[in-house]
Amino acid sequence: MFDDFIVRAILAAVAIAAAAGPLGCFVVWRRMAYFGDATAHAAILGVALAVVSGIPILLGILVITVLTALLVSQLSHRGQGADTVLGVIAHGSLAIGLVAVSLLPGRRPDLMGYLFGDILAIDQTDVAFIALGAFAVLVLLIWRWRRLVTATFSPDLSHAAGENPKTESLILALLLAVTIALSIKVVGVLLIASMLVIPAAAARPFAKTPEGMAQIAAALGISAGVGGPWAALQFDTPVGPSIVVVLVVMYTISSLRSLVRC
Amino acid sequence: MGADNRLLSLKNINVRQGNRTVLDNVTLHVDAGEIVTIVGPNGSGKSTLLKAIIGALPLAGGTMVRGPNLRVGYVPQRVPISGALPLTVRRFLDMPGRVTNTAAHNALTRVGAADLADAQMAHLSGGQLQRALLARALLEDPTLLILDEATQGLDQQGSAQFYALIDTLRQETGCGVLMVSHELHVVMAASDRVICLNGHVCCHGAPETVATAPAYRALFGSGTQGALALYRHDHNHSHEH
Repeated sequence: MFDDFIVRAILAAVAIAAAAGPLGCFVVWRRMAYFGDATAHAAILGVALAVVSGIPILLGILVITVLTALLVSQLSHRGQGADTVLGVIAHGSLAIGLVAVSLLPGRRPDLMGYLFGDILAIDQTDVAFIALGAFAVLVLLIWRWRRLVTATFSPDLSHAAGENPKTESLILALLLAVTIALSIKVVGVLLIASMLVIPAAAARPFAKTPEGMAQIAAALGISAGVGGPWAALQFDTPVGPSIVVVLVVMYTISSLRSLVRC
Repeated sequence: MGADNRLLSLKNINVRQGNRTVLDNVTLHVDAGEIVTIVGPNGSGKSTLLKAIIGALPLAGGTMVRGPNLRVGYVPQRVPISGALPLTVRRFLDMPGRVTNTAAHNALTRVGAADLADAQMAHLSGGQLQRALLARALLEDPTLLILDEATQGLDQQGSAQFYALIDTLRQETGCGVLMVSHELHVVMAASDRVICLNGHVCCHGAPETVATAPAYRALFGSGTQGALALYRHDHNHSHEH
């Protein structure tokens, strides 16, 4: 029999994986892996902000991830040198967040829970928020899908079709920020980027079209969302990292298979 | 050419990138059924001009009038094909909007690439890729085809075939063609009008006129005239058989 908290963990992880799988494909296609890291790491700053200002933690995190996502997406338009700046932001924001939390007066929030996820802290309200948020992200993503794919493939084609690739990049950045904010309680800021990147990377060798890759990535992510918490219960391991380990196993099998094929 | 045939006209346009004026006071027009080619050295603003026309870059000055019948089919210079993005030719043809299988098949057949539908874009050769890009542009039912260095990476024979294909499509559909190229000898023979660009319009007119213009010679040297003569010779030659 599964305990209630494992059921909640699975529901939350599956909801996040369903959105993060397709969304992560863009992270892989556009080489935005650092984007995920930078945005996620900044979330710790959001925790500090929330405690200081008394707003709900999730709201604080959301404010900071959205702001960071906008900043980083502006920087990545600059091209040359953006890589370095992203590296600075990715680790600088984490360090600043950790320092800021340690300076908080009174009872400090448990950082380990935010760094690695804390499945025990997820209650029914959290599950509802995560599920609703992930659903909203998916709906938006499906609505913009064609434009996003065109803009990813060639910004010029997007322009020629009367669309604006910068708008699409902005929408993508916002969707990523929301997904990352929602994922923090499940996998923690240090491992969120892997929920985006690994399912997509594992799906790549089996896909012929962008849509196929998105579906396979979602399916792999959802499987890990069920398998990770289950394995965590079996082996008494932390849930977030267990999900990622399952994903890494999938990625390894997928890479080996495509190597054998070539 | 009457005003009804006018697809596009630019009047005194300026385009800036950062603080630099890339295009200064450029005026040109394209009518239905004609092939207009823009030539110019590297960095002369050829691609910038096309980008401004498709709306990818804002005009800092001047006016652009799009004719009532204008539908642009754009063939980009190169697409950054990354192995990370799985994309069949068939799916590529669905950009930006979905097309029927019949339409997709017809477009590929017209460019001589009917067998490529299931191929991955990343696996295409240079010539196959250009045909796929052209097929996609044709699906927009264009009255104006815009091609940016469409034959880059093709050998001489490949690009000659590609230009022949463009000419055939022009005759079949009556569309206008605006293209950028650096292959002077082919361009000169395949175009109705040539615009020589170097930040501004140096000279323009029929290929023969431009080839002998002092401004053109100053940019490209007089050697290209020899290439033109050579091509003319080949051209006549092939017709005699």
